[in-house]
Amino acid sequence: MADYAVLHREQEARSRRTLITPEGVDLSLRLADAGQRLSAFLLDLVFMLLILIAATVVAALIAVSGGLWRIALIVWLLGFFVLRNCYFIVMEMGPRAATFGKRIVGTRVVARSGARLTADAVIARNLMREIEFFLPLSFLAASGADGAGETATTIIGLLWTCIFLFFPLFNRDRLRIGDLLAGTWVISAPKRSLGFDLIAAGRPANRLTFTPEQLDAYGAFELQTLERVLRAGNSEALTTVADTIRAKIAAWDNVPDVEFLNAYYEALRIHLERKLLFGKRRLDKHDR
Amino acid sequence: MSDLEAVGRFNLRAAREAEWHQLDQLVTIAEKKSPRALSDEDLMALPVLYRSALSSLSVARETSLDLELIVFLESLCARAYFFVYGVRTSPLRRIEQFFVRDWPAAVRSLWRETLIATFLTVVGAIAGFLLVRSDPLWFDAFVPEGLASGRNFAASTEYLRGTLYGSDGKDWLSIFATFLFTHNSQIAIMAFALGFAFGVPTTFLIIYNGGMLGAFFALFGARGLGFQLGGWLIIHGTTEIFAIIIAGAAGLRIGWSVVFPGEASRLDSATAAGRTAAIAMAGVVVMLFVAGLLEGIGRQMITNDLVRYAIGSTMLLLWLGFYYLPRRTADG
Repeated sequence: MADYAVLHREQEARSRRTLITPEGVDLSLRLADAGQRLSAFLLDLVFMLLILIAATVVAALIAVSGGLWRIALIVWLLGFFVLRNCYFIVMEMGPRAATFGKRIVGTRVVARSGARLTADAVIARNLMREIEFFLPLSFLAASGADGAGETATTIIGLLWTCIFLFFPLFNRDRLRIGDLLAGTWVISAPKRSLGFDLIAAGRPANRLTFTPEQLDAYGAFELQTLERVLRAGNSEALTTVADTIRAKIAAWDNVPDVEFLNAYYEALRIHLERKLLFGKRRLDKHDR
Repeated sequence: MSDLEAVGRFNLRAAREAEWHQLDQLVTIAEKKSPRALSDEDLMALPVLYRSALSSLSVARETSLDLELIVFLESLCARAYFFVYGVRTSPLRRIEQFFVRDWPAAVRSLWRETLIATFLTVVGAIAGFLLVRSDPLWFDAFVPEGLASGRNFAASTEYLRGTLYGSDGKDWLSIFATFLFTHNSQIAIMAFALGFAFGVPTTFLIIYNGGMLGAFFALFGARGLGFQLGGWLIIHGTTEIFAIIIAGAAGLRIGWSVVFPGEASRLDSATAAGRTAAIAMAGVVVMLFVAGLLEGIGRQMITNDLVRYAIGSTMLLLWLGFYYLPRRTADG
């Protein structure tokens, strides 16, 4: 059975990219997945639309109250132009290198070489957005407004958009055409807070003991899966995991699930970490 | 299990957690506001805290199986790294750099492609002129109906003269808007972006754009309005056509780099070309904006042919000087 630990490791390796800092540490960045990319972009579209609507209302109010409809229209047109072309560029040039949408989903733009993200790269990746998205959109809008039933134009426009839209799905690095040309990629670097240590002081003392054979049943992958389950605290999952472990090590049927799992987690981690200090990293239960 | 065995792991969290949180706070402030929101002491402390967090990460990876800790440190170190080694200039400073240095330098580096694009435009214009002269039916092939707006061989000379001066019932604003935002930007951006299809669509677009010019000259020239059309075009045309030529040059550069990458890999070569071309394109947008202003406002106000020629030529000289006059570089 090709097991989960191997699959998980492969998946991690696929989504991680090496970036060695000048200090010599590998940051092993995680690429943003397609879902994050798409939701960030949709969020940005919503923001742009909201800004546009607000600006339109303001412009309309000015036009109506002051009778300055020409100036209001010019300002609106210029504003639209600036919004469409500069929203992404200006925000990605900032120190956070991310638009509002990207901030919310916790991604940012990074130069593929690991060097500083330069203005030209940001401009290049976002100008290509013009042909990837806005141009076919305006074609569609134009042919829709004509109402002349130019289905050929519409279909070609849709096809065009689809090619560019799905391009990130067809390469390992999840690159848009714009990323390809600008030498950038988008990584997932969310702000995180540090949760408590599951073996922290102040928790009830551990009454349960395990034999070395019982602790040898699992490796690091299972330990960290157990950590996730304990942190999530879903009682159904806890019961399932507890039953599985009990069956494997044949012990402690009489202890409540959570207490048993916490105790086993603590014992297993201390056991595995001690081995780690001696240079033996046990990746998963098949790893001997 | 005694607590003694857990000493190594507990030490890392207990000993360093305060520093991590301090670093986290500083980076958050820098990300949310700007690096300037940090005090001098904070700025001095930041690199130290960052290196300490990196070393914590190395230690945690080698000695701990606490997933929460490792994930937290990885994320913290990545954020701090991008701040410490990231952007150092403010957006304003970057914009200034763009106007003073990057934009003219990018256009200058495209000089070979610019010459080719100019040549293609001229060839297109001559071809358009000759074709329409030989058979007026060609006019409709070069100029789409929406753009011609009644200016064709069926129109009277008086009507054509009217389109060159005065606003012939049209509002200057609508002309300004339609031209600036649809036609020019589309041609320019398409000429650039389609470059990566080996530059072939770009070449066609440039020739076609020239052909349209030639067709207009053939039409107006046939009615003895060639000189006047020149004035009508040149006031914004030197800026606008130059911008479209540069956009075409940017597209050609990308196409060229994909077909003939030289020593670099095809991808690296396209990336290098894409970045230069992108800067030039940002400049093209600025040029098109200026052209739109000249067209929308300048041309409606100024109806004297000679003044139009003077303004157009001055603009051309300004652009040429801005791009190609030798200047001192920042690094000597």
